[in-house]
Amino acid sequence: MEKFTVHTGRALPLRRSNVDTDQIIPAEYLKRITRHGFEDALFAAWRSDPSFVLNDPRYAGVTVLVAGPDFGTGSSREHAVWALQDYGFKVVLSSRFADIFRGNSGKGGLLTALVDQDVVERLWEAVEADPQLEVTVDLVERQVRAGDLVAPFEVDDYVRWRLLEGLDDIGLTLQHADEIAAFEAARPAFKPVTA
Amino acid sequence: MGRTLAEKVWDAHVVRRAEGEPDLLYIDLHLVHEVTSPQAFDGLRAAGRPVRRPDLTLATEDHNVPTFDIDKPIADPISRAQVEALRANAAEFGVPIYSLGSEEQGIVHVVGPQLGLTQPGMTVVCGDSHTSTHGAFGALAFGIGTSEVEHVLATQTLPLKPFKTMAIEIDGPLPSGVTAKDVILRVIAEIGTGGGQGYVLEYRGEAIRALSMEARMTICNMSIEAGARAGLIAPDETTFAYLEGRERAPQGEEWAAAVAYWRTLVTDDDAEFDTVVRIDAATLSPFVTWGTNPGQGVPLSASVPSPDDYADPVDADAARKALEYMGLEARTPMKQIPVDTVFIGSCTNGRIEDLRAAAEVFRGRSVAPGVQALVVPGSVRVRLAAEAEGLDKVFEAAGAEWRNAGCSMCLAMNADKVAPGKRSASTSNRNFEGRQGPGSRTHLVSPQVAAATAVVGRLASPADLDALVDA
Ligand code: SF4
Repeated sequence: MEKFTVHTGRALPLRRSNVDTDQIIPAEYLKRITRHGFEDALFAAWRSDPSFVLNDPRYAGVTVLVAGPDFGTGSSREHAVWALQDYGFKVVLSSRFADIFRGNSGKGGLLTALVDQDVVERLWEAVEADPQLEVTVDLVERQVRAGDLVAPFEVDDYVRWRLLEGLDDIGLTLQHADEIAAFEAARPAFKPVTA
Repeated sequence: MGRTLAEKVWDAHVVRRAEGEPDLLYIDLHLVHEVTSPQAFDGLRAAGRPVRRPDLTLATEDHNVPTFDIDKPIADPISRAQVEALRANAAEFGVPIYSLGSEEQGIVHVVGPQLGLTQPGMTVVCGDSHTSTHGAFGALAFGIGTSEVEHVLATQTLPLKPFKTMAIEIDGPLPSGVTAKDVILRVIAEIGTGGGQGYVLEYRGEAIRALSMEARMTICNMSIEAGARAGLIAPDETTFAYLEGRERAPQGEEWAAAVAYWRTLVTDDDAEFDTVVRIDAATLSPFVTWGTNPGQGVPLSASVPSPDDYADPVDADAARKALEYMGLEARTPMKQIPVDTVFIGSCTNGRIEDLRAAAEVFRGRSVAPGVQALVVPGSVRVRLAAEAEGLDKVFEAAGAEWRNAGCSMCLAMNADKVAPGKRSASTSNRNFEGRQGPGSRTHLVSPQVAAATAVVGRLASPADLDALVDA
């Protein structure tokens, strides 16, 4: 996993609340057998509407998603995180996240930064007025900055540490490779092998 | 204080324990199938990581594979893509695989035990909830998600939070005509589909001790339907006798060392379970489901319940919805419910002993007109064993279809489906809406009840067949 310290990028104002994972990625895309390449599936149903904000060329290349409350509710599909990341998103800002989605995001390296709804509103207005506005999400300082806006955000300490170190669950476990090897060396000889 | 069996197995696998972190557990055996593994392999590839222990990993094809024309390419493109991805991933990462056409192919939870790979005291995982089956050997075995599959492939470990322990005591001997399936359906009806949440169940008591390994697997298999992550049974002489001489079981001196260790794998007398559930075996009888979750079951001799029977409004509402979906009237005697389809198979009841029990009922009888009966062995080895005993001939003579190994109609990912609105008696484990095909209606039953039902055309037990003859 890449280390996440400070990210600066342009932001997408998604003026919707209760964005569930079926909206983030519809079930029909779950039959795929790869972990990557879900960018076309992101918000697939909404994207068929030309006026959907993601179709607005001024927001091409955005990396920060600013969404309404209760983002990521519904099914536990990990594909929702993959689809956001494959599209290019590094951060989602919202005033409330669904638990499972937030857990999956932490695993996958997508930062879910919890801010006050008032900050969400101000960001929406700012990036609607100027789609080129750069938004900085500073995980070291736990701070979001855009123009003259400076606001704190919340993130779980453990998740923050992992993101700062660039450690996914597997990377973390592999830091203990010596202990795993020592355990392996002491396993009884009668344990079976498959080949 | 003493420890329970589950706690002993857990403790023996802790690689690392640190304050404020989940325990890191070593995994002895990782079983892989085509549906939940492709993204895990893709994740490894993206990160440039190898499979740490291909020799503790085993792949087989089961969920998607057809049960007829298996020498032809798989017709359904999605099924074919998943199976082909598994083959390519196994080749790339050096994981042993039993593909369609191999003598060792079959449902992942049938294959592990029959090879002797599943042994007492092991940790066993698979990206499939019915991994709990392997607990029948006194192993700690549970299903995991795709991210966890990747984690185990890369590290052969899993970070896990501790669980609670529940004893399910079945006191006294089972009455004749009562099978393992009846026991577990009753347990689920008793504790509910959420009753086991957060627990590892240990099945105990005289009735359990008397069961064969295959019957024990049937019981542990459905622990997940009671909401538990895992279920297990302490190993004993029955377990050792099953394992001795199997291909992957320890041999010679190692066998002696293994058995000596396995004998320590019992819950200590002074150990305490967080919860204890007791069931008097004398109160058990053939059990079937009437609704759309596995906890909605009643004795076969009883009637469909009414929503009014439930004090809890949530249960009453669930019953109302289930009756509507199932197309049933409250108070209908279960034995008057006609069925269209009978499915004998799955990781719950697709082993040789299950097929023998069904064949015993079919012998000299015929499937009722208008009923389709499908017999699907859990693995190729089960299929060959059944054919060596002539069971296939018994099924075919009765008018049942004899198929190749796989999950088949249990989840209808292949061509074997219950038609919309049609009713099945199935030896599988889930009667969810649409599980056996869109609009399908499922009654979960034992192999004996399934076979008798196929003969009568209505839900029936083998005892009912004798009564028919006498009358
Ligand atoms: S037989 Fe059914 S329950 Fe068992 S592994 Fe296959 S699909 Fe799952």
